[in-house]
Amino acid sequence: MSTAVVFFEVEILDAKTKEKLCFLDKVRNKLQRILYLPVPDPQWYPARQSIRLDPKGKSLKDEDVLQHLPVGTTATFYFRDLGAQISWVTVFLTEYTGPLVIYLLFYFRVPFIYAPKYDFTTSKHWVVHLACMCHSFHYMKRLLETLFVHRFSHGTMPLRNIFKNCTYYWGFAAWMAYYINHPLYTPPIYGEQQIRLALILFLFCQIGNFSIHIALRNLRPPGSKTRKIPYPTKNPFTWIFLLVSCPNYTYELGSWLGFTLMTQCLPVAFFTLVGFIQMTVWAKGKHRSYLKEFRDYPPLRSPIIPFIL
Amino acid sequence: MSFNLEVTGFRLNLFFFFFLLNPDIFVTVNVLKFPTDFFIWSFFIVDFTFFFKFVLFYSVYVLCRWLVLAMAMLRFYIKKGTHKGLYRSIARTLKFFQTFALVEVGHCAIGIVRTSVIVTGVQVCSRIFMVWLVASSIRQIQNEESVILFLVVWTVTEITRYSYYTFKLLNHLPYFVKWARYNFFIVLYPLGVIGELLSIYAALPFVRRSGMYSMRLPNKYNVSFDYYYCLIIVMLSYIPLFPQLYFHMLRQRRRVLHGEVIVEKDD
Repeated sequence: MSTAVVFFEVEILDAKTKEKLCFLDKVRNKLQRILYLPVPDPQWYPARQSIRLDPKGKSLKDEDVLQHLPVGTTATFYFRDLGAQISWVTVFLTEYTGPLVIYLLFYFRVPFIYAPKYDFTTSKHWVVHLACMCHSFHYMKRLLETLFVHRFSHGTMPLRNIFKNCTYYWGFAAWMAYYINHPLYTPPIYGEQQIRLALILFLFCQIGNFSIHIALRNLRPPGSKTRKIPYPTKNPFTWIFLLVSCPNYTYELGSWLGFTLMTQCLPVAFFTLVGFIQMTVWAKGKHRSYLKEFRDYPPLRSPIIPFIL
Repeated sequence: MSFNLEVTGFRLNLFFFFFLLNPDIFVTVNVLKFPTDFFIWSFFIVDFTFFFKFVLFYSVYVLCRWLVLAMAMLRFYIKKGTHKGLYRSIARTLKFFQTFALVEVGHCAIGIVRTSVIVTGVQVCSRIFMVWLVASSIRQIQNEESVILFLVVWTVTEITRYSYYTFKLLNHLPYFVKWARYNFFIVLYPLGVIGELLSIYAALPFVRRSGMYSMRLPNKYNVSFDYYYCLIIVMLSYIPLFPQLYFHMLRQRRRVLHGEVIVEKDD
């Protein structure tokens, strides 16, 4: 079978002004090649370029092959600048290191936070020490997962997200840590029982969350960007996949509920609530995209809370 | 129906406006007497029965309420010759229908009014905050001039705004109403902000002294809240918010009165 090399002519227009940005002839099949060609302005690195068939349509992917797209031998694409981009890994590392450090500053009661007579003292309640360990463990776990476990589908996100996300995480961490490590902190009403129950819940959900992350990672071979339906594995913590589409969010909610119960602190409850609302939005979106993509998606599953949400 | 609904509606509105100006309909200074409300409600029933345009009857209802409030304020001032005690006399009415304005957020959410939910929400919340949490709860500032200033500004603004909506919905918009709606705010808006800020500033010492709406440590929720600093933050938040709203209105004005096409920035 002859393998004739098909050459395409590609014309790239700006999506907003429709002016011709460049014209390429003798382009081979892969779209990827276009993105890495020298562009008029060197600040338009590939992650920032959005090339699409229709000015208002979805962006084409790097792996798309020109031959399989609905274009003739002369293709017209529209270019849109996505704005300055930053990689997901960078964002995650920054936004998780902040709370870790900030909480410890409050825990060790560095000067200028509380009254001077309390500088560098430690709390007399053991639940405060426990809370510090749990909080720090949680964020250490997140940092390690970002470095070694997660496989990201998109490389980058818009730059302004880092400011938004860091303000959220760092701000809430400071607000929570201030009250938990305050000299006038009041321990939970039900004492030992409440703290023990909360700790069990917290640890259970942390292990669960980690198991889900591992299960999701194993779904996707290294370097690929395939999407598959996640199913329960031998690990009992993943059996929740029978009832929930995004159990990582479910376990995350559980962890923070545990932490709230452990510290009995209203700012923590507030943080849990806001996080819950955001995760529900994400879970619903994910659930909807699963349903759209897979015909045989298990009908029993709900987005985040079994049977309810 | 053989008569022209819109013309009739317009005439009914005019009639009602002149009817309200007649001081004999008020028996006392307190406007929530039954006869006044009866006239308002009967008009609103007529509106609803004949027009079925919910937004129209809502506009008319709110317009009537503000007109009644304006009348009450004028009457009090003419009778007593001073503004002291004016706020107390209208406090109940004001609280009732400033809170009632929350339904406007519902209108935007359902979609029968084409404004953004967030903009309306912020506006209504700031009004409710001023009425409930500043003016009504801190009695010592109720005789201040700044309170009267923002009350007068609100009254005039709302009357022009709702007259504009009413006449527009009846397709009989006199040019002066449109002119008023898009020009009065240039002066009224800054005046209103000054009135509100001065009122909050006047309230600060009383809040500090009484420690109202505040929670201190230690408590079982492990949280603290200081209303004094909250008010200061509210005052500071006027700095970014006021120019945005003001310039938005100026852009609207240019577009409506001078027919300029404003190209909005792409999101």
